[in-house]
Amino acid sequence: MALLAQHEANRGEWLMKSSYLLATAILALATAASAKDKPAETPSPPPEVIRVGKDPFPSQYKPYPGVTTVIRGATIYDGAGRRIDNGMIRIEGGKIAEIGASVAVPAGAKLIEAAGKYVTAGIIDIHSHLGVYPSPGVQAHSDGNEATSPARPEVWAEHSVWPQDPGFSRALAGGITALHVLPGSANLFGGRGTTLKPVYGRSVQEMKFPGAPYSLKMACGENPKRVYGSRNQLPSTRMGNIAYARQLWSDAVIYKRRWDDYTKRAEAGTAKPGDAPRRELALDTLAGVLSGEILVQNHCYRADEMANVISMSHEFGYKVTAFHHAVESYKIADMLKAEGICSAMWADWYGFKMESYDGIRENIALVNAAGACAIVHSDDANGIQRLNQEAAKAIAAGRRLGLPIAPELAWTWLSLNPAKGLGIGDRTGSLEVGKAADVVLWSAEPFSVYARPMNVWIDGALMYDWGDPKRRPIADFELGQPGAGDVK
Amino acid sequence: MKRLAILALLASAPAFAAPIAITGATALTARGEEVIRNATIIIDAGRITAIGAGLPVPAGATVIDAKGLPVTPGIVAVPSDLGLTEVGGVRETNDGSARTSPYSAALDMAGAINPASLHFAIYRMAGVTRAAAVPDAGNAVFGGQGALLSLAASGPTVTRARAFQYVELGEAGAQLAGGSRPAAYAQLLGLLDAAKQLAANPAATVGGEDSGSLTKRRDVEALLPVIAGTQALMVHVERAADIIEVLKLKARYPALRPVLVGAREAWLVAAQIARAAVPVITHSLYDLPDDFEGLAASRNNVGVLQAAGVTVVLGPLGGIGGTTPVNLPGYAGNAVAQGLIPGGKGLTRAQALASITANPARVLGLSDTGTLEVGKRADVVLWDGDPLELTSSPTNVWIDGVAQSLTSRQTELAQRYKTLGRTDLPLQYPQ
Repeated sequence: MALLAQHEANRGEWLMKSSYLLATAILALATAASAKDKPAETPSPPPEVIRVGKDPFPSQYKPYPGVTTVIRGATIYDGAGRRIDNGMIRIEGGKIAEIGASVAVPAGAKLIEAAGKYVTAGIIDIHSHLGVYPSPGVQAHSDGNEATSPARPEVWAEHSVWPQDPGFSRALAGGITALHVLPGSANLFGGRGTTLKPVYGRSVQEMKFPGAPYSLKMACGENPKRVYGSRNQLPSTRMGNIAYARQLWSDAVIYKRRWDDYTKRAEAGTAKPGDAPRRELALDTLAGVLSGEILVQNHCYRADEMANVISMSHEFGYKVTAFHHAVESYKIADMLKAEGICSAMWADWYGFKMESYDGIRENIALVNAAGACAIVHSDDANGIQRLNQEAAKAIAAGRRLGLPIAPELAWTWLSLNPAKGLGIGDRTGSLEVGKAADVVLWSAEPFSVYARPMNVWIDGALMYDWGDPKRRPIADFELGQPGAGDVK
Repeated sequence: MKRLAILALLASAPAFAAPIAITGATALTARGEEVIRNATIIIDAGRITAIGAGLPVPAGATVIDAKGLPVTPGIVAVPSDLGLTEVGGVRETNDGSARTSPYSAALDMAGAINPASLHFAIYRMAGVTRAAAVPDAGNAVFGGQGALLSLAASGPTVTRARAFQYVELGEAGAQLAGGSRPAAYAQLLGLLDAAKQLAANPAATVGGEDSGSLTKRRDVEALLPVIAGTQALMVHVERAADIIEVLKLKARYPALRPVLVGAREAWLVAAQIARAAVPVITHSLYDLPDDFEGLAASRNNVGVLQAAGVTVVLGPLGGIGGTTPVNLPGYAGNAVAQGLIPGGKGLTRAQALASITANPARVLGLSDTGTLEVGKRADVVLWDGDPLELTSSPTNVWIDGVAQSLTSRQTELAQRYKTLGRTDLPLQYPQ
């Protein structure tokens, strides 16, 4: 697909309001059809408007077939904070069809008796590098940091994703039903992140979560200043980080203004295609953030740096969706609540670098207690397999501090909160009727160390079964290797 | 008056404290599958002096009612960088490796241990009572001599200096030695052979101290206890073939006591490891083909090794994000969970507990700790639930019979920021 999508549009207003996710090809077809159907009603040729294609690498994911399935007798944590004891849930047509104390069991439905077991919404990891730092982690696979400039918003993580990363299979076996793959944090502007399903495909397009917005990965603190400072480049300090970022945001505001002005004039028929501004891929991403289409996922450890980023976002009119790692969110949980910014956190990582020195095990519980949005993330090919266990540790730390947290509430850290943080909360993240059937059946209470996913459904298709080797994917890389296909 | 003051001072010293009786405990002793219900554990003068169901409480003892909750031996963390590394990313706070030192095997960690490191309190709160401070090879395959540590808040921290030697083989060793496994072996055998020669003839001229010397005299001398078998040799290897090569070293150096570290592919050669009676320190969560020496990584590793009769130690090894001694009980619990899934190989709960208590103690030569039994050091932890569960925490920790504080810089930070409302002074003013 062309980088610049050109088409005629006599319904510019409608186009402007339409979702950026609509493929430009569809728009072109629609306008062509309308032009063909009603030639007599068009007194003059519609103005030609050059537009930036929003989705040049569209998802080609298609759900796999599922069967109508009813799970009976389980304790359910629905991911939105509710718990149903001895509950039932029906999965049908890829969606949650019914959930409650009792649901209809259609003839021919697969019935799973799950007394003593647990059913939860699938886990969503908002911070993963699977695919961009795949296993084996050899230099030839190191595709997560385009560390050639502090600002590389033009790079897209999906173009680095190796769909055959064995890590996807492990994540699936850990109950992951969606994950957000981000560039690394060497740069202030790391590039675009993309939301995937842990469903193997031949291309990344076949793994992309349909309709999920892009994100912009940003980073505060030590990493950018270390990487570029060591090369005697800006930024070498925290003040350099902010200065560099502000200049780029300022440029982005001008860029967006140029495009907005041009589009307005073109739609009014007073601008020619040749008047369209030169396209800057880097600034496309930032303009997408400024217009609210692209969500900011901001690596940031320290409270004071998060506060600086918040001020910067106010200055340029964008919103930070989530601070990632956020080991000091507990110091500013009230501020984060007021700003409506999520914190994507580890349970207990601390002390490995200076900006993580004040990391505490109570962080997630304190953020939660302040009423701010808490998310448990992994940032790790191993940790993604056990985000439920990370949450369990956070529950324990909260209890020690006198902040008891109900398990069904804690499950929102793993599903609905990250879904919202990825802009897909209307489609997944909780077991509510009409949402995608992204469901995990657990062998025991899922915050217990002894619990494991028995079954994982994605869009109603059984993609993992702990007891069925035919429902446990083996990445291409692992074929023919010792232990291929074993329970790992 | 003066005499009274001295008596009061003596009374406050741990060794003179009253005996402690933990009553009504579920004692998970880490001796085989033993569980003692309604256990009484008597601690006196730093040792466990009695343990059994419903034992009488001695007069004057401080009684701790466990109310049926579990009591375990203290956790022994190996390998760790406790006392050697304060902040991983801050180079000047790192003494575990020396990238440009002319020495390797001679590097002695004991003198670098910082008992004031804030990590002691954080690990102690999680029930860790002993640790091995393990060097990291920086410039050659040998990393140096590690130390055994007590995590007690008072008293000596280094309980044994030069307790073991560390060597890096496999992919990392190859890089350290110049770029290949043969280069790593040339370095390893060069030094060990020199030590063998020196042991046979103390007057022998082996090793030089000039910059061109391939073997340094101090390094050779440091390897004498390794050759003699009085010091264990921790060997980091992952690949099955590399493990077999390490086992072969015993033919060349009969007294050698290798301990395999990492060993992600050990399950492929479990029988050979068991036959050689070589212990394995690994992680229960390795399951990704992270590199070409660990393609067979599987969480079944631990269970297969245990079933083959290998002494398995679970350690907070790298390659697992956020790995820390604090989470050793969880790593052990995961090894149990692995045995509960179809086709999985795991540990029993007692085996899992032993893999973080009795087994590391034995492998480190800490013969007087690691289990709950009479005569052992009273390194004891009382838990508020199943110790292997992630939601459980210690409520009491004793090291050498001394009750430890369960606070840390982390808990102080949490208390400071628990309430964020603005008051008359900034939060940085003590409440």
